[in-house]
Amino acid sequence: MSNLDDYASIVGRDVIDDLHLLAERLKGKSITNINSTSVGGGVAEILTRMIPLLRDLGVDVGWDVIKGNERFFKISKDLHNAMHGVNLDIAEKEWDYFLEVNRQNAADMDLTSDIIMIHDPQPIALVEMKKEIGNKWIWRCHIDITEPQMRAVDLLRPYIEKYDSSVFSSPRFARSDIDIKKILIPPSIDPLSDKNKELPESTISSIVEGFNIDMGRPIVTQISRFDKLKDPVGVVEVYKRVKKHVDCQLVLAGGGATDDPEGLQVLKMVKSAAETDPDIHVIFLPPSSDVEINALQRASTVILQKSLREGFGLTVTEALWKAKPVIASAVGGIPLQINHKSSGILTYSLDGTSYYLKELLKDPEYAKTLGLNGREHVRNNFLITRHIGDYLLLFLSLYHEEEVVRL
Amino acid sequence: MAEGFRFYTQYNQVELLGLRAKNPVELLENIKKVPAGSIYYHTHRFIQQHQCLSPEPPSDFAVWLKDILHLERLGEAFLEVDTVSFLDLEDLRGELARILDGYISRGEYLTDCPIGQEFDFMSCKIFVLPTPYIAKDLAEFAEVLSRISIHSLYFHMFEAPMRLKLPENDFSAWFKSIGQEALAKEISRLDPYNSTLVGLRLKINHMVKKYV
Repeated sequence: MSNLDDYASIVGRDVIDDLHLLAERLKGKSITNINSTSVGGGVAEILTRMIPLLRDLGVDVGWDVIKGNERFFKISKDLHNAMHGVNLDIAEKEWDYFLEVNRQNAADMDLTSDIIMIHDPQPIALVEMKKEIGNKWIWRCHIDITEPQMRAVDLLRPYIEKYDSSVFSSPRFARSDIDIKKILIPPSIDPLSDKNKELPESTISSIVEGFNIDMGRPIVTQISRFDKLKDPVGVVEVYKRVKKHVDCQLVLAGGGATDDPEGLQVLKMVKSAAETDPDIHVIFLPPSSDVEINALQRASTVILQKSLREGFGLTVTEALWKAKPVIASAVGGIPLQINHKSSGILTYSLDGTSYYLKELLKDPEYAKTLGLNGREHVRNNFLITRHIGDYLLLFLSLYHEEEVVRL
Repeated sequence: MAEGFRFYTQYNQVELLGLRAKNPVELLENIKKVPAGSIYYHTHRFIQQHQCLSPEPPSDFAVWLKDILHLERLGEAFLEVDTVSFLDLEDLRGELARILDGYISRGEYLTDCPIGQEFDFMSCKIFVLPTPYIAKDLAEFAEVLSRISIHSLYFHMFEAPMRLKLPENDFSAWFKSIGQEALAKEISRLDPYNSTLVGLRLKINHMVKKYV
């Protein structure tokens, strides 16, 4: 596991020094994070990497996990999906059971830290203990609740409004009909993780050639799970149009649950669209293929993210960090990451994606400039060190109402 | 003897206001009522987030009007606002409102943005804290300036004059206090909005070194 000093060569010693200055102001405060799982999923991944770094800074931070049985997690999964907009009803007795499990956990857990940070809806009702304990509570919402089922919002609203602050990853995800302070903290990537660390050329070529991809010709890549919302079939269409003008190969690589019928159906559609073109490489990756994804991104000439809907779009962040020219749809959190024609290309259609892909393949110097700008933008805004700084400010802000805080 | 110069640093916490605009009329309504911190955020965010990119600071308002609503002339009118000449955020708010008011009252073309591309109003809370660095003379100043974070430079050049309502940037004030009037004037004449933070640091350091 990396320590904070390992990041100094990437973001600058000055950034690490500033983090120490902020962390000093939290001396004497204890913080507990609570989510629903210690392994698997984005939240656990972020906490696994972030907590040791916060401890490196001297912050007294812990992590606990809510316990529940299959019934509880089925209800919380339904709740999660309903907040995402899936048409699901939560029966009253199921909601009561959800609350009961939260209350059992509240009785068993140590919730006396100065700050309790709750991640996502599963442990949301632990906040009932806030009044009794008298500490500060934060609700960290990692999911897109732009178009939720209102029944789910109505169930959660009274609990969310008990928190001192809430945190969202994108301005789009925050709702005005919930009365609580809403802080924006975009997610981040870890430049030292397997998915993002520098790789030797020999590793890159051995992985990429292992997939029978020719490193001597341009490679256009989209990394994403096989999901309609990522529009992989649209990407194949873009490639076919561009291929008439510029020789290139297409790589569509990603994972997905093997028991997900929709994922398998999309994979089938992509393979059918690809027909027998030997220059289209459809690669279904197993979990823990981080180094393979890293190598594929690093070997690419241009990276696409032609999503129809997107959360924050961390695959875009990863590609930008590798100084790759990226063409991506202007959806979700992608416009926060790409400044059109400065740090990448934003498009709104298949036509736009095809047009700009041709342009970047024909003008490598321009593509290189976009890639380098993109990398600097990620360095300044979307690395884990910025995320840590935002969390430190979040904790400090609980004790300061004023607009200008002098520490 | 004048005191040394203590370098401070600053960080922003971004707050979502839950206010959205889909056209110039709604943009105007919200510009009139959001907290001053929101006006500040949307006219300064770019400088900090795009440290190495653009030498001109496109305000979020200008970018939205041009790139999303495709109201190029209106967007350019926002771009042309000389942010550096406004020492008070209320005056800056007034100028932005005046431009929009004029556009709307002239009956010029109005349009709604595509769904999902509304302008989201945000604001920011700033945290200011001292660094351990104190410069006692110009040589030390130049040395420290080259290694402090970009957030520190931002604080002394932008935050102090605009949001903390100090009459000039902190560097010029200190240079005056140690008798370096000419250097203070040179720094004051800089338009910090017309440079990246990385470029600004180099410019200031170059100027300071001439007087060491």
